[in-house]
Amino acid sequence: MQLSRWLWPGLISLLGLSCLLSVSTGPVSISLIDALSAVVNWATQQNIGNIAPHEQLVINNVRLPRTLLALAVGAILAQCGAVMQGLFRNPLADPGIIGVSSGAALGAAICIVLLPNTNPLMIPISAFVAGLITTLVVYRLASSPTGTSVVLLLLSGVAIAALAGAGIGVLTYLANDMALRDLTLWQMGSIAGAQWIYVSLCLATLVFISWRFHQDARALNALLLGEAEARHLGINVDRLKLRLILLCALGVGVSVAATGIIGFIGLVVPHLVRMILGPDHRQLLPISALLGATLLALADIGARAFLPPAELPVGLVTALLGAPFFIFLLLQQRSKLT
Amino acid sequence: MLTSHLSDTRYSSIADAKRTQLNISQLNVSIGQKPVLRDINVQFQSGAVTALLGPNGAGKSTLLKALCQEISTPRQCIQLGHSQLADWPRSDLAKSLAVLPQHASLTFPFSVTEVVAMGLYPLTLSKKEGDILVDQKLAEVGLTHLTKRSYPTLSGGEKQRVQLARVLTQLSQSPFPPILLLDEPTSALDLAQQHRVLELAKHLAHQQAYTVIVVLHDLNQAARYSDQLIVLKQGEIVSQGAPTEALSVDIIREVWDYEPVYIPAPQGGHPLIF
Repeated sequence: MQLSRWLWPGLISLLGLSCLLSVSTGPVSISLIDALSAVVNWATQQNIGNIAPHEQLVINNVRLPRTLLALAVGAILAQCGAVMQGLFRNPLADPGIIGVSSGAALGAAICIVLLPNTNPLMIPISAFVAGLITTLVVYRLASSPTGTSVVLLLLSGVAIAALAGAGIGVLTYLANDMALRDLTLWQMGSIAGAQWIYVSLCLATLVFISWRFHQDARALNALLLGEAEARHLGINVDRLKLRLILLCALGVGVSVAATGIIGFIGLVVPHLVRMILGPDHRQLLPISALLGATLLALADIGARAFLPPAELPVGLVTALLGAPFFIFLLLQQRSKLT
Repeated sequence: MLTSHLSDTRYSSIADAKRTQLNISQLNVSIGQKPVLRDINVQFQSGAVTALLGPNGAGKSTLLKALCQEISTPRQCIQLGHSQLADWPRSDLAKSLAVLPQHASLTFPFSVTEVVAMGLYPLTLSKKEGDILVDQKLAEVGLTHLTKRSYPTLSGGEKQRVQLARVLTQLSQSPFPPILLLDEPTSALDLAQQHRVLELAKHLAHQQAYTVIVVLHDLNQAARYSDQLIVLKQGEIVSQGAPTEALSVDIIREVWDYEPVYIPAPQGGHPLIF
């Protein structure tokens, strides 16, 4: 197809460009060229292009981890959104909207507040477990033999988000000042203060779920025909659904543990890609990953550039962009919903 | 119109292929405490169309679901070829047994070609071979002009033909004459389309040795297009055999609790009932 031929190179260059922009934007202003050399220096352990040591330090310890985290989390969330929409056979499913992110957030908050001195890897683990439980609960609440009901799905999302919000609210009373500040910022979703350990964890998760999702892409297409139809095509539907739910919970759990709740990436990105390329998951998933990574990197640049030197939580930026898009989708589907 | 392009030479002798493909013996199925199928004994021949008839709740759909393993059945009750149906590996079974769904809705805007290509799932073909096969099946059901269209925008009859092309794609590598199950295939169609899909089913059975099993409500369509009728009432087989034998005034009265007008064989050897 004509379009997909330039789509890959186009998206990859866009991704590269937003990376550079992200590395060069911030209170210490660094030119794009210097940013590029600094990234090369970091990767090759050399010193080309006469970068001032403090600039190199800023890039190595602050901007690079932050940029990579934005890319990884954006790619994870976009793919998890696409897969959830396929799994629920419902274009409005998104980890944020149906409450999975909130559930994972509660899991992570419990860990942060109640087990303050634990291993940092316990936070993503508890976020994963809580996200998994939430996904299963929402799935059970909303599913019927013909798919999932949009209304039930959104309402269960509201109920679970309220419940998780209340849980986190109670925890804020138990939290000390330090944990409290973390908790508030983190509920809005922020990539600031990215740590290398989380960057590696998110990148590893991204590679793993992208690989597994790719293997199930054809089965996921067939699942959209209906569960019985997929079964008649020789697919073990129960195993497939369980596998996809586990992978989504893993992706969302790890992302939420690393950055807090970042909404709407999982909704907006797969929709845009479907509009251009159609719903075939074999292309939808990798292209969504690329676009999701780019979009979150750009949103993070926006979060930094809006009120310098202060910065907005990136979750606010994605919500500001994504919520109107969600309303637009609701309007589009209004005749079907009522 | 649909059948004119169909040609298939895989099963060299149709007469050789004409043998019992599916055998059900002493099948009992209960849902909860309630028995829905009682002591079912049927043989389905390849090369023949078998229609399942009966009032609502008689167990027609349950029988169909048992045949496609949608509900679990006692292991030894259903035999396909030389082995028990339940022992067939899922992927092998999908190559030889397919179901044309009653209504297949798709929320996402897949193109007609993409939907048909989903039938490639159980097959092992290169991309190029797959594309050729899909094009061929689209031509067989007369949909070549719609390939780029988005599936959700099609009419009921067009959707069904797309599904049919998908199912024929799925069955195209079966090592023996395949089995095609149709669940009320005429329910969403207008008159001409109803006859077209049943004509095609008959053609697949008679010309390509398919074992066709179809749930129908219309007694006349059943009498006209099938070689074997199975009449069910409250989970039991009341009558089975050729259309002229299996449907009599007495049977209709007993099963549907309705006094029919029955004109024996005005044309073409099958009775007219209304």
